[in-house]
Amino acid sequence: MLFFLGQVGRFATDQIAGMGRMFSFLMSALFLAFCRPAKVYLIIYHIKTIGVESLSVVALSGFFTGMVMGFQGYYSLRQFNAESWLGSATALGLLRELGPVLSAFMVTGRTGSAMAAELGTMRATEQIDALDSMAINPVKYLVSPRIIASLLAMPLLTAIFDVIGIFGAYLVGVSLLGVSSGSFFAGMEGSIVFHDVYSGFVKSISFGLIITWICCYKGFYAPPMATGVSQATTESVVLSFVFILVWDYFLTSIML
Amino acid sequence: MIRVTNLHKSFRSQHVLRGVNLEFATGKITTIVGTSGCGKTVLLRHLNALLRPDEGEVFVDGVDIAKLPQKELYEIRAKFGVLFQGAALLDSMSVFDNVAFPLREKTKSKEPEIRKKVEERLEQVGLGEMGRKFPAELSGGMKKRAGLARALIMDPEIVLFDEPTTGLDPVLATSIHQLIARTHTTFGFTGVLVSHTIPQVFGISDYIAMLADGVIKELSSPEVFCASQNPVVQQFIQGKTEGPIQVL
Repeated sequence: MLFFLGQVGRFATDQIAGMGRMFSFLMSALFLAFCRPAKVYLIIYHIKTIGVESLSVVALSGFFTGMVMGFQGYYSLRQFNAESWLGSATALGLLRELGPVLSAFMVTGRTGSAMAAELGTMRATEQIDALDSMAINPVKYLVSPRIIASLLAMPLLTAIFDVIGIFGAYLVGVSLLGVSSGSFFAGMEGSIVFHDVYSGFVKSISFGLIITWICCYKGFYAPPMATGVSQATTESVVLSFVFILVWDYFLTSIML
Repeated sequence: MIRVTNLHKSFRSQHVLRGVNLEFATGKITTIVGTSGCGKTVLLRHLNALLRPDEGEVFVDGVDIAKLPQKELYEIRAKFGVLFQGAALLDSMSVFDNVAFPLREKTKSKEPEIRKKVEERLEQVGLGEMGRKFPAELSGGMKKRAGLARALIMDPEIVLFDEPTTGLDPVLATSIHQLIARTHTTFGFTGVLVSHTIPQVFGISDYIAMLADGVIKELSSPEVFCASQNPVVQQFIQGKTEGPIQVL
């Protein structure tokens, strides 16, 4: 009985210590991100890997999400003779919810997992220790530029997802299902306010932070072996997805 | 210059270092030997505070680095160069950029100056033509050479070598030993080497420290070490399975 309680206690303290370490990792990465000297060349490089290289997958998923929304929206709205609201419904859904969340999922799958694997491999091959031993702060060198890059790239990717998604919905609704082009855009113009765009961007920025934080943390502290790297990669993706959805709920309830 | 007193380190229930006391002579090469898994690398990692002790002190130039905050620690670490077991080259960079990396990050040197110094170091380790290659394109020996060039680029006062010849064939191992000896003569650093390749390593060492059971069992010159009557030392040198060193 005492052994069992001891195990439970150890598990609980390990979890709490892990959460504390994760939080302090974020704080130190954020603090170092704004300390001189700024690693501008690294920020630009990571904007390329997070932003530019995720562009095709974000655009493609945005396009098909928009087309699906076009179909689903049309068949739902037709029951109320409200097809003319298709533009408004799809744009609202994309701007406020699907754009930020799905583009964050795409970036997690494409870039977040790569971040965790890269840092995990660097840990296993002592490259992180090498930086540390050269008196170069590995968090400042490896994590902070990624955080800044993701804060800049995520809203742009989300904007691209939104625009291409709306285009996909337009294509299905107007060209395929015969909704009037005028009513598609008029409905959108009439119902979208700046707050919708703004809340989507706030979400995308915070999702960018979550992805980089979790994926870098998992990679940075990956056990130094092959299974450790694979485990870190899997955990980083799963945890990022869960955090994104949980945080999305809280943000939506605050910003609605 | 470096002094370790009563150093203890445990990993969960495994008590690896159990009160290590050791002083490294300035300007000399001291080699720490011992069986695999006895804690040589753990001890080495305490010397530049990559690991912090559970108990005890590590003095570098009179400063206990075990308790230093990061900023002050980084100032002390500027005195060190480290050659890691797998060389730990940054695999996203070419060999040239790897060697130039500490100069670019830690100094305000101009690019022509950096280029000159990096080319000079690469030449010294026999990699004059390899600057453009990436770590993945190098053999094990070349990686170690590139790692050594990077460890020496900041003209460190102390260089730590973590098993520099592990995984290399005897010929290549000898060439790395010779390279360490040559660079030591050129730069005059204090060297701390972790190895279990005896007797080859005796040739380049001024002192040999034997680590066993978490403590230093012997510290002496290679000649005295070989003649030591300490049964632990003799068992290790002769490679016997029977004796005070427990073999699983």
